[in-house]
Order: sequence, then C-alpha cells, then structure tokens
Amino acid sequence: MTTRATSPQIRLIAAEHGEPKVISNGVLGMLLFVLTEIMLFAGMISVFNIVRASAAVWPPPGQPRLPVEETAINTLALFASGLCVYLAQRRFAVSRPSARTPLALAIVLASIFVVFQGYEWVSMIAQGLTLTSSALGSFFYLIVGMHALHVVAALAMMIQTWRRHARGWLHPSQLATTAVFWYFVVGAWPIIYWRVYL
Amino acid sequence: MAESIRVEHAAHHDDHHGHHEMSFLEKYVFPLDHKMIAMQYMFTGMFMALIGGFFAYAFRWQIAFPGTEAPFWGQVSPADYNSLVTNHGSIMIFWVAMPVLIAAFGNYLIPLMIGADDMVFPKLNRLSYQIFLLSALIILASFFVEGGAFGGAWTAYPPLSTKAEYSLTPLGSTMWITAVALEFVAFLLGGINFITTAMNSRAPGMKMWDIPMVVWMIVIASILFMLSVGPLLAGGIMMLFDQNLGTAFFDPDRGGDPILWQHLFWFFGHPEVYVVLLPAVGIVAEIITVFARKKLFGYKTVLYTAIGTGVLSFTVWAHHQFIAGIDPRMANVFTVTTLLISVPIAEMMFVYIATLYGGSITLSTPMLWALSFIFEFLIGGITGIFLGASGNDIYMHDTYFVLAHFHYTFYPIAIIGTYAGFTFWFPKMFGRMMNDKLGKLHFWLTIIPFNTIFLPLFVLGAAGHHRRIFDYRNFPELSYPWMWDLQALATYSLIVMLLAQVIFFYNVITSWISGPVAPKNPWNSNTLEWTATSPPPHGNWPEGLPTVYRGPYEYSHPDRKSSDYWPQNEPA
Repeated sequence: MTTRATSPQIRLIAAEHGEPKVISNGVLGMLLFVLTEIMLFAGMISVFNIVRASAAVWPPPGQPRLPVEETAINTLALFASGLCVYLAQRRFAVSRPSARTPLALAIVLASIFVVFQGYEWVSMIAQGLTLTSSALGSFFYLIVGMHALHVVAALAMMIQTWRRHARGWLHPSQLATTAVFWYFVVGAWPIIYWRVYL
Repeated sequence: MAESIRVEHAAHHDDHHGHHEMSFLEKYVFPLDHKMIAMQYMFTGMFMALIGGFFAYAFRWQIAFPGTEAPFWGQVSPADYNSLVTNHGSIMIFWVAMPVLIAAFGNYLIPLMIGADDMVFPKLNRLSYQIFLLSALIILASFFVEGGAFGGAWTAYPPLSTKAEYSLTPLGSTMWITAVALEFVAFLLGGINFITTAMNSRAPGMKMWDIPMVVWMIVIASILFMLSVGPLLAGGIMMLFDQNLGTAFFDPDRGGDPILWQHLFWFFGHPEVYVVLLPAVGIVAEIITVFARKKLFGYKTVLYTAIGTGVLSFTVWAHHQFIAGIDPRMANVFTVTTLLISVPIAEMMFVYIATLYGGSITLSTPMLWALSFIFEFLIGGITGIFLGASGNDIYMHDTYFVLAHFHYTFYPIAIIGTYAGFTFWFPKMFGRMMNDKLGKLHFWLTIIPFNTIFLPLFVLGAAGHHRRIFDYRNFPELSYPWMWDLQALATYSLIVMLLAQVIFFYNVITSWISGPVAPKNPWNSNTLEWTATSPPPHGNWPEGLPTVYRGPYEYSHPDRKSSDYWPQNEPA
C-alpha cells in the first residue's frame, strides 16, 4: 500500500515525517461499509432462521424445491471470479498490464453467475415460487435478490476498474477497494447457499 | 460504491482548495467544504427541532386541555394526535439528534481538531447531506398526503405499521419507513467518512492518545451506528415489502412473526441511544476541561468506558420488550445486562465530577450547559435502573414514567449537548462572540421549564398515566384534579420553554451580525481548532497544517510557567 492523502500538502508533510498509512482511505472506507453489509445480511439470515425453525412444516407444502445442484455449479463460477480478482491484484503488483486478463475473466465469470441466477428465477416463478406464495418464497427472493443486487453493483465497480486499467489510470488502492467489496460478495454467498438452499 | 472510488480519485488528483473564487451555488448549496456541510446539517437539524417542538406543543395541549382548540393548530383529532406523537419522536431522534450531534459536530470538529484540511471523501460527504435533506423532505411531505402522516409510534410495530386497514395511513407509513431508511444511508456515508478521516488524516505528531475526546466519541458512535443499522435496514426493506408487495414477513396469519420486527428495531434502537449520547459526552469533556482549567481526569478511562458501553449496548435491546411476550428467563438475562451498562456510564460521570474537583471554574454559558448535562443526565440514568428491572418494568411499561425517563436522557443529549457545543464553538464557527447575558437568560429559561415538564410526568406515570391515551376524561381513576393540575403544569412549562428559544435565535442572529469580533482562541483552549482563524478559511490552515507535540488537556501544567494552558501545536 502506498501513502494516500487528500492533498499534495498533506502528502508532503506525511512523507517528511515518514508516517505511511497502514490502510489506504479507499480500502478503510470500503472495509467499514462491508462491516455494515455483514450486519445487514446477518439480520436477514437470522430472521429467516427463526421463521424456518418455528414453522410447523418446512419447506412449506406445495412449493417447489430450490435447485441445489445447479446452484452449486454456479457457485463455482462465483468462486473462480473471486480468485481471478485475487490473481489480478497479485499480477498488478508485479507488472501492471498483466492484470488485464484476470480482471476481464473475473467480469465474465461474475456475469455468468448473474445471468444463470436470472434464468433460475424465471424457472422458479414458472413453478409457482413467488414473492407472496409462501415464507420460503418471500425470504428466497429477499435474501438472494439482495445478494444479486450486490453482485450487479460489484460488476459495475469491476467494469469501471477495468476501464481505468485499460487507460492506465488505475491506482493500486482503487483495485484493492474493488477487490475488498468483491471478496465480501463472494464470501457471503456460501453462507447464503448453506442457510437458504440446503 | 463506484462513487467513492471516483471521489477518492478526484480528491487525489486535483487540489480543490480555494485556488479559484467559488460561485454562490458551489459555496453554499453544493459545498465540498466540511464546515459548510456541517452548517447545512446544523441548521436543517435546528429547523426540524422547531417543527418537532411545535408538534409536542400541539399534543401536550390536547393531553392537558382535551376538547379545547390549541392556538395555532386547532382541534387535535385522534388521528392528528397519533401522527403528532409519532413524528415528534421520529423527527427529534432521526432528524435532530443524529444530524446535529453526529453529522454537524462531526463534520465541523473532526478535521479541525485533528489538523486536517478536509474530510477524506468530500464528495461522499456532500452526497450524505443531500440524501439526508431528501429524507427530511419526505417525512415533512407525509403530512400532506391522503390519510395523513404515519401514526403508529416511532417504533412502528407491526401490524399497525404494515396494514393500511389498521393504520389508515397507506401512503404515510410507506413514506415514514422510506424516509428513515434514506436517513440511515446518509449517516452510513457520513460515518465511513468520519472514521476514515480520524484514522488516516491526523496531523503529524498526533498519536492515538492525543486525539481530543469528542473526536474519539464521534468515531466510536459511528462504529456503533454502522454495526447496528444493518439489521434495521433489513427490517425496513421487509416492512416496505409487507406494505406494498403483499409479503407476510411480519404477519402471523401467513407464517410471519411480528415480534421479529421488534427485535430488529431495538437491536438498532438501543445502540442508537449511545450513538447520540457519546458525542454529547465528548462535547461536555471538551468544555469542562477548558472552563475548570484542569486536565481531564482519566483520559483513557473515559475512552475505555465508552468502548465498554458500546460493546454492552448490543446486549440490552430486549429490555424494551419485557411485555411483548418474550421468555421470562431471557428477560432476566436482559435485566442483568441493562443494569450492568449503568456501571460504565456512572464511571464516566464520576470522572467528569473528578475533573471539576479542585478546578478554577468559570461559569460561562457553555459551562452552564455542560454542568446541567451532567446533572440532568444523572436523573435520566438513575430512573433507567428502575425500568431496567423486568419485574418493575411490567408495571411501569408505557407509562409517563418511561416517557419522563427517556426525555431525561434524550433532552440532555440532543438539546443540552447541542447548546453546550454550539455556544462553545460559536466564536470559531462565525467569528463573533455570543452575548453571554442573553445566553445565560436562555439557559435558565430552558432548563427550569425542562424540569417542570418532566418531573410531574414521573409522578403521573407512577400513578398510572399511560402514554398512548388521547383523552383522560374517559378514565375516571386517572382524572383526579391534582392529575389535571400536573398535566397542565407540564404543558405550560413546555410553552415557556419553546418561547425561550426565541432568545436563543435572537442572540445567534444579533451576535452573528454585530457581536464583538472573536479572536483565534477566546477560551484559551489547547486543541487544534483554536489555532485556525475564526472562522477558518477553506482548507482550514492555508499557511500550512499544524504539527502536534502533546495531548489535548494540558491545563495548569506545573512545568508551564507562562500560562495555564499549553496548545497542542506549540513546540516544547
């Protein structure tokens, strides 16, 4: 991490006194944001657990089963995308242009995850699982939908990062900020899969 | 979050500090300067406080004099009454206490007290205020839609809040929860900014223990807010779905659970008390050290107790739900944690009294406010212990005793804390001194009526007056003449207190225009903000940022012969 500062003046003083920041502004800000996000998902998942535990019959009768196996394969795409961002970060530290391929690959894999999930939603709705059909449907679309929104937001960030990189403007801490958010979105998914699908 | 990257990038590459003349719009309407954003938050908060106070007047009139027309409002209908009490509570907490104590003082003080030229994410900061303003407009607009504003209390328990056939405010309840959720997003952006700035932008030489207490307190409060707000945001989304999309998260008929909302709400709602308390406690620490000319007794003790309070505050939330049908064994656990949390707060109060002990005290206006904070908050804290015991709370729940208790905590926090900070930093903010005589008159005309509003309510609450009753004439056992007298005393006191605020605004305006010009350091204080000019220019220290050599509270230091204070930036 290099020293980041808001103005040349501060940067100069910080350099004089030799006090590099432990974590750059962007990464620290994103970590704090992720803290709130963790609590947001924790809130939703705990509420779902309580409703599920106190229901007389689970899953609710007459509702389709969630696609456990297909989603497991889709999960691999998400993991692979997270791994690509990690590779991009490592390569960026060595030689900047070589981060281009893993970054592009991460975007493609994340897009595959989103598109496949959209496809899954369409088939679930066709089978009768809707937002209002049962508690399972309500929580499924709430939690998985909230996660999907985060994937889309992270995709937008990654595309922005990639464009910046293509123009040669990308700062290491910007790549790190995007990566922190993407690691959170990828890392939250197995927990959601475990609590909602299984 | 693409925004933050762009913002950071912009801040990184171009120096936005005052190399060109700014237009009116750039300077006052869409500012990036932390001081101007602080002023926007401050004055929006004060405007909302006037509205919240006026609401209190209207429903207090109905309680004390039912059946008569309240001057300037008219006959208060039952629906009016519900939406007035609901929005009085919501506005005072979310649109007054939060924006003034955290956002306004946080924005103003953090960069100035740690010796930075601005926040690290100035554009995020501006966006935060804009979202906050939008949320304020939505809550105000809800009074003018069909069905009127939401009237299901500021806690918004379902099913009253989720079913339009019960609340009769189909649009009002949706606007309420939308406004609250937007307000949370605004403070989320603000909180990220405050913590990152305080950690990464400190002046050279400023170590962890050299940070002024108020900055620490705002940082801890922001962390508490960010850890607690997630579950309530989740609950808010679920409530919006229940209201508008036909889901049944909180509907027991269709597999939901209404108690879940209460848990989600209070998991945020209780830490929220400490979110607004800690900045006020920090402001008081700055003021009492300056006006007692003494070092803060136990800097690290205050800091550790604040962190301890923060941790404990996540374990007490169900004491709001003792009569909601929770397991009595769980109620015991929450009673113990609730009584425990009074220990660190009591410790903090003792530390402040020890700071005052043996000091050479000047009773200036800010000092009067700070001392009254300690005194009044103690009453609020001690009555809280009565309510924390679940056995007692079952009888006291939802009476005026509870109401008087939390007003004895929130009033010192939101109103006394704000006046203390505002009168203390007024010379820095506006470059003029305030009129001390008018300030003291305003102080006494606020603090005496405050006590005569809420002391009678403790008595009435213990006698069984219930806070949700619209007209006591329907309850003969709650209608003895002495009860009416006490209710009328509370209402008259409120009117006196509201009128006394005219003195404050008169004082602010006349002092701002024609008060004596303030020097850089009118109170002989140590902290860095007093080394900038009054008011500080864009960028705070155009001649170069200060360097820190010592802690913030070196008053009456034995090694310092020349004066009784030792500014943080003065080389040894």
